[in-house]
Amino acid sequence: MLTNNTDYTLAIEDLTVSFDGFKAVDNLNFYLDKNELHVVIGPNGAGKTTVLDLICGKTKSTSGSIKFLNKELTKLSEHAIVREGVGRKFQTPSIYENLTVLENLEVSYPRGRGVFGSLLFKRDQAVMEKIYDIAQQIMLDEEMHTEAGVLSHGQKQWLEIGMLLIQDPQLLMLDEPVAGMSVKEREQTAELLNKICQGRSVLVIEHDMEFVERIAHKVTVLHQGKILAAGDMETVQKDPKVVEVYLGH
Amino acid sequence: MSFAYDKLMGGKNGLTGFIILAILILIVFPLLLDSFRLNLVGKYLTYAFAAVSLVLLWGYGGTLSLGQGIFFGLGGYAMAMFLKLEASSPENTAIQSTPGIPDFMDWNQLTELPWFWEPFSSFTFTLVAILVIPALFAYIIGSAMFKRRVGGVYFAIITQVIAVILTVLIVGQQGFTGGINGITDLRTLNGWDITSDSAKNIFYYVNCFLLLGVIIASRYILTSKFGRLLLAMRDKEDRVRFSGYDVANFKIFIFCFAATISAIGGAMFTLQVGFMSPSFVGIVPSIEMVIFAAVGGRMSLIGAVYGTLLINFGKTAFSESFPELWLFLMGGLFIAVVMFFPNGLAGLWQDYGHYITDRFKSVKNLFVKPASATKATTVENS
Amino acid sequence: MGGYTYNELGAIFAMQGFAGISLFSVLLLMALGLAIIFGQMGVINMAHGEFMAVGAYTTYFLSTLTETYFPGFMPYYFLFAIVLAFFVAGALGYFAEYALIRHLYKRPLDTLLATWGLSLIMQQTFRSVFGAREVSPGLPDWLLGSYQPTEMIDIPLNGMFVLALTGLVTFGVFYLMFKSSWGLHVRATTQNRLMSGAVGINTKKVDRYTFALGCGIAGIAGAAFTTIASTGPTTGTLYIVDTFMVVVFGGAASLLGTIASAFSIAQAQSILEFFISGSMAKVFTLLTLVIILMFKPEGLFASKVRR
Repeated sequence: MLTNNTDYTLAIEDLTVSFDGFKAVDNLNFYLDKNELHVVIGPNGAGKTTVLDLICGKTKSTSGSIKFLNKELTKLSEHAIVREGVGRKFQTPSIYENLTVLENLEVSYPRGRGVFGSLLFKRDQAVMEKIYDIAQQIMLDEEMHTEAGVLSHGQKQWLEIGMLLIQDPQLLMLDEPVAGMSVKEREQTAELLNKICQGRSVLVIEHDMEFVERIAHKVTVLHQGKILAAGDMETVQKDPKVVEVYLGH
Repeated sequence: MSFAYDKLMGGKNGLTGFIILAILILIVFPLLLDSFRLNLVGKYLTYAFAAVSLVLLWGYGGTLSLGQGIFFGLGGYAMAMFLKLEASSPENTAIQSTPGIPDFMDWNQLTELPWFWEPFSSFTFTLVAILVIPALFAYIIGSAMFKRRVGGVYFAIITQVIAVILTVLIVGQQGFTGGINGITDLRTLNGWDITSDSAKNIFYYVNCFLLLGVIIASRYILTSKFGRLLLAMRDKEDRVRFSGYDVANFKIFIFCFAATISAIGGAMFTLQVGFMSPSFVGIVPSIEMVIFAAVGGRMSLIGAVYGTLLINFGKTAFSESFPELWLFLMGGLFIAVVMFFPNGLAGLWQDYGHYITDRFKSVKNLFVKPASATKATTVENS
Repeated sequence: MGGYTYNELGAIFAMQGFAGISLFSVLLLMALGLAIIFGQMGVINMAHGEFMAVGAYTTYFLSTLTETYFPGFMPYYFLFAIVLAFFVAGALGYFAEYALIRHLYKRPLDTLLATWGLSLIMQQTFRSVFGAREVSPGLPDWLLGSYQPTEMIDIPLNGMFVLALTGLVTFGVFYLMFKSSWGLHVRATTQNRLMSGAVGINTKKVDRYTFALGCGIAGIAGAAFTTIASTGPTTGTLYIVDTFMVVVFGGAASLLGTIASAFSIAQAQSILEFFISGSMAKVFTLLTLVIILMFKPEGLFASKVRR
C-alpha cells in the first residue's frame, strides 16, 4: 500500500470492496484536486454510489486506501469522517421532514455535536448569521419557518446541500443532486454548484448529461467497479469504450 | 426569564398544562381525598416517573424499552434494602438465630449479611445508588446495543428478557432478595416512622415535587438541540450520523436518563407503599408502563402522568367490582390506542380540546367585552 | 460437578438430554411459527404464546368430548387433536391478521403492543371459558410409559412422539417454503414487497396466510405441549420469552439456525436444571444468550447481507 503523501484533497488507491465475492468496486484509483468539481458517471450498477458509501464510511472496504487531506479514512467511523470535513448528500433527499428549514440547518450546525454540547447549545448571533447566509445561498431564505416536509422536491435537494454547506466541508459529495428537478431548478443548481466549489472539492454523481456538461471540470466513467475513462467531458464523450457501454444506447 | 419560560415550561401552552397538573396533584387531590386514597394516588404517581421516561425514550427517541420495570425495581430495591437494614437492628431481630440481619435471610439459613447489602446501611450511599446504579446498568445495556446499531423490536425484546432474568433471579434467590414476597415490613427512615399518616402525606408531596422536577428537566432536554436531534434521528438516522453525530451516544444518554427517572419512581414507591417486590419488575409491569405512556400520549410528558392516573384509577375501580372485565378492557385499550389513538389523550386534547376551551371562552366573553375571538390553540407541546 | 462418577454423569446427561427433547420440540415449533411471521412481515407476535395455548385447549376440549361421548375412540383422538389445533389456531390467526395486524405494517413497535393487548384478551377468554385452574387432556395409553435401554436411562415415549411430530412439521415447513410455489411467493414478498406486488403476487393474501400458518404451527406446538405439562390461562406467556430468544439467537431468517438454537437452548436449560435449581438454570441460560447477543446481535446463523 502506498503511504506517501499527496497534494490531492482525496486520493483513493487500490480500493476494492466485495460482497460475497462480487466486486462492486474493483481496484479503483482516483484523485481529486482542491477547487475541482468532478462528476462520476456510469450505467446502473457501475459502483458509483458504492464509491461514495466507501468514502463516507457507510460501507467498509475490503482492501485499499482512501486518503482525505493525507488522512486515512478507511478505519474511521462515519461521524468521525464527517468531522474531518467530508459531507455527503444522499440520492433521495434526506432531510428532517418534521423540522422547519431553520431547525434543519441548525441541527446540522457543526457545534454541540456531543451529548452535553447539544444540551447546552444556544442559538446565538453567530449561529443565526451562518444559517441565514446558507439559506440565502440555497435560495430558501424566504422559507425559514416552513416545515421541511412541505417543500418542493427541488427545494428539499437544496436544503440537504445547505445542511452540508453549513459544516464547511472540504469535500462535498452529491448523489444525483438534480434528480426530479425542473429545468429552471437545474439551472439554479448548476449555478449553486459552480459557486460552492470555490475553496473545496466537489464530487458529483449524475445521469443528466446536459447538466454534467454544465458543471463538470473533470469526468470519470465507472463501469463494473472499474474506471473506464477519465478526463474532460469532450474527451470522455469521444472515447469509443465509453460510447460502447454507456452513451451508445 | 424568557429562557426559563421557553426552555423549562415549553412556552405558554406548556406552562398552562404544567400549572394545571401541579394544582391538581398538589392542591385538588389532597383536598378531596382521604389519606388512604391519597396514598394510593401517590403510588400511581410513582409509576408516572416510568411513563414520563418512556415518553422521552420511546415517543421522542423511537426506542421502545419493555424493561423499564428493571430500573423502577432497582431504585425500589435499593431504597427497600436501606429501610430493611434499619428495620433489622439487632434489638428488633433478637429472636432470630442470627440477630441483626433481615428476617428473610434468617429464614433462609443465612448467618451473615451478604457483601452487596453492606453499603446499603448508609443513607447517602443508598441515595447515590438509586441515581447511579440504574444509569450504569442502562449504560452497559445501551452501549452494547446502540453501538452495534441494534434498535426497534430487537431492543424491545432484549430489554424484556433482561426484565425476566432479573425477576427470576430475585424470586429464585430468596435468601438474598426476599424472594417472591419481596422486601417487606419496612418501618422507619433514619428513625422516623414511615407508616404514619403524616409521613405518608409528606412523601406524597415529595413525590409530587420530584415528578414535577423530572418533567421540567425532561422539557429542558426536549427543547434543547438534543431534543431536536432525537426527533431527527427517529426520522432519518443516517442523515444525523452523516452530519457528524455519534448517534449511539445520544441514545445511550436518553436511555440512562430514562433509567434514572424510573428508579426515582421506584424508590418513592418503596417509601410510600412500604415494601418492594418482584411483581413490579417483570414483563407485566414493564409493559403496563408503556401503556400508561401510550394512553397519555407518547409525545406528551404531562399526558403520560394523566395516562398513568387514568389507567390506575380504572384498574382499581374495575378490580374491585368486575375483576374479569379488567383484562379485556386492558387488552382492548392496548389495541385501541395503537390503532385509533396513537397520540393518546394528548392527541385527543389537541384535536378536540378547543371545543371545550372555546365554550369556556364564549361564556367568559359574555361578561368581558367582546375581544378578538382568537381560536384557542391548546396544544400541549411538551 | 464433584460427587458424580463418569458413568452417572453420562446417564444424567442422557436422561436430561431426552427430557430436554420435549422442551426442544415445543420451542422449535413455537419458534418456527414466530420466525415465519417475523421473517415475512417484520411483525413480532406477542400473542404467539396464546396461540399455542389455543392449540393446547383445543386438544383438551377434544379429549373431554371424546372421553364423554366416544370413549372407544380415545386411543386415536390425539392425532385428530393435532390437526384440529392447527386449524383452530390458524383460523384465529387469519382473523387476527385481518382485524388487527394488517393495519399496523411498518409500525413494528405498535404491532408489538397491539398483539400484547390481543394476548391479554385471549388469556382472559381462556380463564372465562376453561377456568383459572390448569387442565390436562387424557392422553392415550400409547403415549404414556417409557423405554429403558439401560437400567439408569429412562426415555419417555411422549418425548419421542413429540420429537417425531416436530420433525414432520419442520420438514413440512421447509418443503412449503423452499419447494412450493407458495413458498416462492412468500420469499419473494419478503425480499421485495413492491416488486412482488408488481409481478402479480397478491402480497396481502400472502401475508394473511403466512400469519395464519405461523399461528397454526403454534397450535400444533400447543397440542404437543399437552403431553409434557398441563395448560393454564397464562401458559403461553411462560414460553414466549424463550421462543423470542430461540428466534433471535438462531438468526431469524435461517431454518437451520432456528433448529440449532432451539436445541442448544432447550438442552442447556434441561441439563443445567439437574445441577442447579430450575430458576437459576433459566437465569443462566437467558443471561448467556443476552450476553452473546450483545456481542453478536445478528444471531449465530445470520447470513451477511449488503445493506
